[in-house]
Parts: sequence; structure tokens; C-alpha cells
Amino acid sequence: MPTARDRSPTDEFVKGLWKENPVFVQVLGMCPALAVSNTALNALSMGLATLFVLLMSNIVVSSLRRFIPRQVRIASYILIIATFVTIVDYLIQAISLDLHKALGAFISLIVVNCLILGRAEAFASKNTIGRSILDALGMGMGFVFALFCLGAVREVFGAGSFFGLRLFPDGFQAWVIMILPSGGFFTLAAWLLLFSWLKNRKAARAAAAAQPAGGLR
Amino acid sequence: MTELPVTDSSRPAPVAPRPSIWAMYRAMVGIGLGCGLAIVTVFELTKPIIARNRAEALRAAIFRVLEGGQTSQAFVQQPDGSFAVADQAAAGDVVHAAYDGDGRLLGIAIEAAGMGYQDVIRVLYGYSPERDAIVGFSVLESKETPGLGDKIETDPGFLANFEALDTTLNPDGDTLRNAIVFRKQGEKQNPWEVDGITGATISSHAIADLLNASAAHWVPRIEAHLSDFEQRN
Repeated sequence: MPTARDRSPTDEFVKGLWKENPVFVQVLGMCPALAVSNTALNALSMGLATLFVLLMSNIVVSSLRRFIPRQVRIASYILIIATFVTIVDYLIQAISLDLHKALGAFISLIVVNCLILGRAEAFASKNTIGRSILDALGMGMGFVFALFCLGAVREVFGAGSFFGLRLFPDGFQAWVIMILPSGGFFTLAAWLLLFSWLKNRKAARAAAAAQPAGGLR
Repeated sequence: MTELPVTDSSRPAPVAPRPSIWAMYRAMVGIGLGCGLAIVTVFELTKPIIARNRAEALRAAIFRVLEGGQTSQAFVQQPDGSFAVADQAAAGDVVHAAYDGDGRLLGIAIEAAGMGYQDVIRVLYGYSPERDAIVGFSVLESKETPGLGDKIETDPGFLANFEALDTTLNPDGDTLRNAIVFRKQGEKQNPWEVDGITGATISSHAIADLLNASAAHWVPRIEAHLSDFEQRN
């Protein structure tokens, strides 16, 4: 182990889901998060495709970490990531052409998702395969969760449906802006607001608990 | 640990300060070989499944652009200009005739492609010899900008262009009487003009151009050999 970490395996997995959520906390991978979150299904598919690429590239980068000299590491990581993105591209075409059409150009853009390169560089290149798998699963599922939060809200307001099921009576006028790119920014801002409010409230409570007598935080 | 000062404790100590050129070369070539092998394997494994999906999608698209179609048959143009029955996946210039329940020819579905804003747009359109017009249109593949260029697939006003887009031939029968031309949104006056989409000008212009090129190529050829398509079932 090159790095001595005192995180338990469970913490390694859970950190990506909430405390270091890639979208809501680290604000990584914004291109797909904003572009492909116009419906719940697209968001979920994009999230799962990213999770797959992240998991596989973390495994390969981690297992080759002693083999790759630092000077060529970025080129090597990009090559590995691009390979898995190409594989995902073919797999999605084999699963459903309609889905491939809906995700469109954004599948190939997983290559430049900074979440994946970021995890390869910051984590997998320095940690064991087991920890890298946990890290990828946690981060990947955190990404799926975040995309789903965005996609669900945007689809409900922008199309009046959820996974294609109509939610509102005929009189409902869909807020088309929510499906358009600007709606992605609005929804992301609302979720970021909620997340930082929760974080601040938790910090305030922890401070209050530590200093029951003091009024200072 | 070497005598190097440790500035970042999270970074592993380098095994050698400067790896040999051979190590770098070995890593890059090795990874390249492995990646190449993985891609080719997955490509080979998924190829038949993707081909089947594409054929199914094409069938569905044929009946979308030629409403009421029950059966379809692919035809390929022969060197002498006539059309012969072909396999759906045949190479070369293939068009698809669609027939209704009584085996009557409804029209011909033709694939066309042209450069859009981002990448090549592939479309399928239905030509009705009876009405001398394009009567249906469907995008097979496009990577146009989501929310803007991809309106060519969804905008009802734009799609209405292709319910009856005039493709009457000139008296000689060798090209279209009126070329299919692009007009800005709301400026369409004649049945051979394509009403564009504001905000998707390049994409909708590309559709008009690629339909014009394809119709000018195919409609005279189909009309000259229309009997090849009739009463196949």
C-alpha cells in the first residue's frame, strides 16, 4: 500500500454517494449531467454507462499502476477510458438503438468526463484494486443518483411525465424550458442549494452539540 | 525512500526517478495492444446483434414514412437502370417498396444522408409515385444539438413539410420540375419548399438539401422503372 488510509471499506464506498458526491459536491462531469438529464430514463442510462466505464477503468488503471510510468500516465488513462467508452457504445447499440439515439453524441463524450479521469488519477493510480472498485462503485452510483435527481425533476416539470408515464391531466402545460439546456442549470442550482443547506445545517448542529454552552459556531 | 523531500504524502514514491524510454514505450504499446484487442472483440460480438436491431428499426421506419404499409421489399438498382428484388441488407443503392394489405404499391422508402451541423444526418423518406410527392419522413441517425438541431425530429411544423412535398418531374422526366428548396420559418409558399426551424437553421437547411439531392437522383430513376415495383406480393 503506497498510501496509508484509515478509511474503512464501507466508508470508501459510501463517500461517493453523499459526502463527496461527484455532481453535487465535487461538481464534476457537468457536461453529461446537464445535457443528458432531460428525462429520467436518459439520465439513468447515462449514469449507468458512466458507472460501467468508471468501474472498468478504475480496475485496469489500479492493476497497471506499477506498470505505467508517470510520464505517460495521462495518455495511458485516456486510452483505457476511451476503450471502455467504445465498448459501452457498441453494447448500448446492441441493447437498444432508440436508447443509443437518445444518448447520441454524449456516449462518446464519456471519454472526457473529468469524473472518470479524475478518479483514475487521484485514486486508482495509488490504491489497490479492491479499494478502487469500491471507490468506482460509490462514485459511479453517486453519479447515477445525481443524474437521476436532475432527470426526474426535469422530466416531471418539462414533459409532465415520469419514465414516460403521464402524471398530470390534459390541462397541464409543460414547462418546456426544463427540458432545454437552461432547465438543466436551474435544476442543478436548486439541488446544489438543497445540498449545501443540508451540509450547513449538519455542521451547525455538530458545532452546537460540541459547544452546548457557547453561542459561537 | 530516496533522499527526495516528501512534499505530498499521498503520492507514491517513484520507483525510479526517470523511467527508461523502454518502460514508457512498453506501457503505451502494451496498453494499446490490449485496448485494440478488447475493442475488436466487442465489435465482433455485438455486430450481428446491432445488424439485427438496425434491420428492425429500418422496417419500423419504412412503415412510419409510408403509412398503412403491411409488407416491404428491398430493391437494388441494376446497371441497366431496372430494379431487382434484393436482400434488405444488400450492399449498394437499395430502396424499399412498401405494400398495403392487398399487395398494392404504396410507395418507395429511400434512405438519404447529408452533412448536418454536427455530423452526418441519415434520414428515410417515403416517395409516393401516385401523388408525385414525398409523403413521409423520419430521421434514422443524427447527432444534432439536443434542444436545437434535434428539432428536425420532433418539430410538428417542420415535419408537416413532409406530408406532401412536391417532387413532380419535369416534362423530360430526367429531373425534378422544381428543386426542393429551404425557406426560413413561415416563408414557405410552394409545395416544393421546406419551411425551416428558427434555432435549427443549419440542421433544417441540411435536410432540405439532402432531400433535394436524393430525390433528384432517385425519383427520375424510379419513375422510369415503376413497373418493377408493382404487385410483388
